Amino acid sequence: MEGELVLLGGGGGGGGGGSSGVSTNESAVLSNVEVVSEACSYPAESELELGLGLSLGGATGKTKPATATSSWGECGRILTAKDFPSVVSHRTKNGGPSVSVSGTKRAAESVSHEGGSPTGISQVVGWPPIRAYRMNSLVNQAKSQRADEGDSGIGEKDKPKDALKKKLNYNGNKISSTTTVNEKGHLGFVKVNMDGIPIGRKVDLNAHSCYQSLAQALEDMFLRSTNSVGAEKEQLTKASKLLDGSFEFVLTYEDKEGDWMLVGDVPWRMFVSSVRRLRIMRTSEANGLAPRFHDSNERQRSKPI
Amino acid sequence: MQKKTAYSFPDEILEHVFSFIHSGKDRNAASVVCKSWYEIERWCRRKIFVGNCYAVSPTMVIRRFPDIRSIELKGKPHFADFNLVPDGWGGYVLPWISEMAGAYPWLEEIRLKRMVVTDESLELVAKSFTNLQVLVLFSCEGFSTDGLAAIAASCKNLRELDLRDSEVDDLSGHWLNHFPDTYTSLVSLNISCLGSDDVSFSALERLVGRCPNLRRLLLNREVPLDKIANLLSRAPQLIEFGTGTYAAELRSDVYSNLAEAFCNCKELKCLSGFWDAVPAYLPVIYSVCSRLTSLNLSYAPIQNPDLTKLVSQCPSLQRMLVLDYIEDSGLEVLASSCKDLQELRVFPSDPFGEEPNVSLTEKGLVAVSSGCPKLQSVLYFCRQMSNAALVTIAQNCPNFTRFRLCLLDPKIADYRTLQPLDVGFGAIVEHCKDLRRLSLSGLLTDRVFEYIGMHAKKLEMLSVAFAGESDLALHHVLSGCESLRKLEIMNCPFGDKALLANAAKLETMRSLWMSSCSVSLGACKMLGQKMPRLNIEVMDEKGPPDSRAESDPVDKLYIYRSVAGPRFDMPPFVWTMDEDFASELS
Repeated sequence: MEGELVLLGGGGGGGGGGSSGVSTNESAVLSNVEVVSEACSYPAESELELGLGLSLGGATGKTKPATATSSWGECGRILTAKDFPSVVSHRTKNGGPSVSVSGTKRAAESVSHEGGSPTGISQVVGWPPIRAYRMNSLVNQAKSQRADEGDSGIGEKDKPKDALKKKLNYNGNKISSTTTVNEKGHLGFVKVNMDGIPIGRKVDLNAHSCYQSLAQALEDMFLRSTNSVGAEKEQLTKASKLLDGSFEFVLTYEDKEGDWMLVGDVPWRMFVSSVRRLRIMRTSEANGLAPRFHDSNERQRSKPI
Repeated sequence: MQKKTAYSFPDEILEHVFSFIHSGKDRNAASVVCKSWYEIERWCRRKIFVGNCYAVSPTMVIRRFPDIRSIELKGKPHFADFNLVPDGWGGYVLPWISEMAGAYPWLEEIRLKRMVVTDESLELVAKSFTNLQVLVLFSCEGFSTDGLAAIAASCKNLRELDLRDSEVDDLSGHWLNHFPDTYTSLVSLNISCLGSDDVSFSALERLVGRCPNLRRLLLNREVPLDKIANLLSRAPQLIEFGTGTYAAELRSDVYSNLAEAFCNCKELKCLSGFWDAVPAYLPVIYSVCSRLTSLNLSYAPIQNPDLTKLVSQCPSLQRMLVLDYIEDSGLEVLASSCKDLQELRVFPSDPFGEEPNVSLTEKGLVAVSSGCPKLQSVLYFCRQMSNAALVTIAQNCPNFTRFRLCLLDPKIADYRTLQPLDVGFGAIVEHCKDLRRLSLSGLLTDRVFEYIGMHAKKLEMLSVAFAGESDLALHHVLSGCESLRKLEIMNCPFGDKALLANAAKLETMRSLWMSSCSVSLGACKMLGQKMPRLNIEVMDEKGPPDSRAESDPVDKLYIYRSVAGPRFDMPPFVWTMDEDFASELS
């Protein structure tokens, strides 16, 4: 395969010299392929020509990242639920960086100092590669620690992310700061089931900062048809069908005590710290759940946190 | 004189010969020798392994192999373990169970990994396979204890029920009661993943008490420490045991009961569990330690010196799983005590902390590589690494078959020289000629991939994240790694060129996963059009690909070979690029 492969385009298309092994080609190839450390993330398109019997190479044209900047950092950009344009995820009130921004920054930083000192561990989905089962165990350890410490979780999520040094010590020593489960990136997944659909889904609560965006995501997950074409991005201010009780289905959740409640009644942070799982229930079955107070809910939903 | 040829052997003889061939690969090889061998082989094949449940359809399997007794199926891509595959992706087992229910009434063994198993599927299994002996649900999800109750009630011949790492909906704690009182055949039970209220302890005790062949019992976390002695005393023949929570107030009666119970388990070789472990109760297992070949302390928050002391008492250890509380000092003790060690896994206790909470560095791994000549398999999470250390490790352990290094900061350089870690990993692939699985991390340029392509000729699975600089890297791997079956890549600057140039290679592999890379939609479409035996699945939760430009990179890409064609059970955020797609939407 290697013999047929044209790796060099630089000196006028065609053969990159007899390829008798990568090492002989390598320096020649690398001299044409630019190793970049910032700005433009791809080698000049015209330089690399990969042709093969299958004739599949070369016709793809320029590829560039979908987002505005084409910095190197974007190649290693953290793509999490926070990339959804309809989702606003500001983690803290006092302007601490949202997770995606800080993650992106870190990725960019750690690239630009090649071999610089270790940067903080950014919250990338999928890194470090620890299985969900093990991660949940770590979480459960932390939870039981916090339960012992009598932490309520409310009002303490305002601390800027950087200050949340996670000193979870399993031997029962004091936790030096009140980190919560939901600060830890992908530990905010809860199950969602919808009446009538046998297979449940999971949604990452950390990707949302208000009920509106959560409801939007759930509608996309469960109610959007396969072939919907056109604008998928709905405005944040549009009232969600699942929350206002006018739809055939309504969103409910099971809290820590095992009670089923209508979603939207309590402040978002309180909801996030007490929710165990979600259920999109038929409105007809939702009678008897805690009644909601419309006025305060309107305010809750539209207020970004 | 009559010429004897293979064709003159009666079928029964050939069948008898084939009965000694167990490996699927060997059977596959035998089946292509000639038509008659193909026919004979397919009728007598009893065990089948399907590495990707979408690579072939149940109908096709049944058509070719009419009498299968044991099946193993794998569903979601490996990166689903790390939450990279959105929920609802697929991997449903029900279509398989439905078809096998009619075709394989004598099915004995079902092993599933990363599949969605519903209660309906389990109920169908219980109803259809009266001779079911083994049910393994490894990292599966979608079912509840109701499904387990159906299995317990109906499968009289069940020997092994293993729910490793699965997600089970806790609906009722009493599913164990559904094992009838006459049921005594249990040999292996792993319920370590069950949450609270799932297990009725008294039912468990009765079950354990009446199954004299029980050899393997892995409990769930909720089983309190003071109940274990009773359980063990009913099953002193256990070879493998997993505790529940290993924490309790120190009480001398509990302590001595436990110590005695463990002491009476003369065949115990493997221990695990130890959730929330406190040092006070560790000595109760000392009587077992000298015999232990496998010890899993990776859920135990014990620290040194207790941890090291425990490890030093286990000279027969072959397999050790532990948290990084063991630190370099503990690993040095491991290296000097456990000369039979073959597998080591060190997990992080605080993966997201900004500062290290323990003193675990590359030195620990170097020590083990130096002291344990039989070391073959490593999974090591740490925060710093150097090329020099990796070279030393490679030279110490040329017999590595699996080497997975996870630096918590994925792009960190050699901490001593500030160079990329290319040379270090290069040494690994160069010295370890039998390396089958490799996971890279740290600052890595295209160079490491050149080394991999050049040397890693037996490599079957490669996991890459935040590495490389250009398509050349991917090209090295795809063109050089002859044995490559699974390649999974996240957050690397790889685009279309290498992929398109090596399209044919993809048909020789099980699957390729690329997420947060730079493969364009256009390239995916092209591959879909040109490679009919590959399923090109583009995953994007932001919306259908037709709403974007051809040159836009796709979010997640999963390519796998298949003889079953594109699948039809995809969720709204997965699109198959095939001939139809390209013409429909361009």
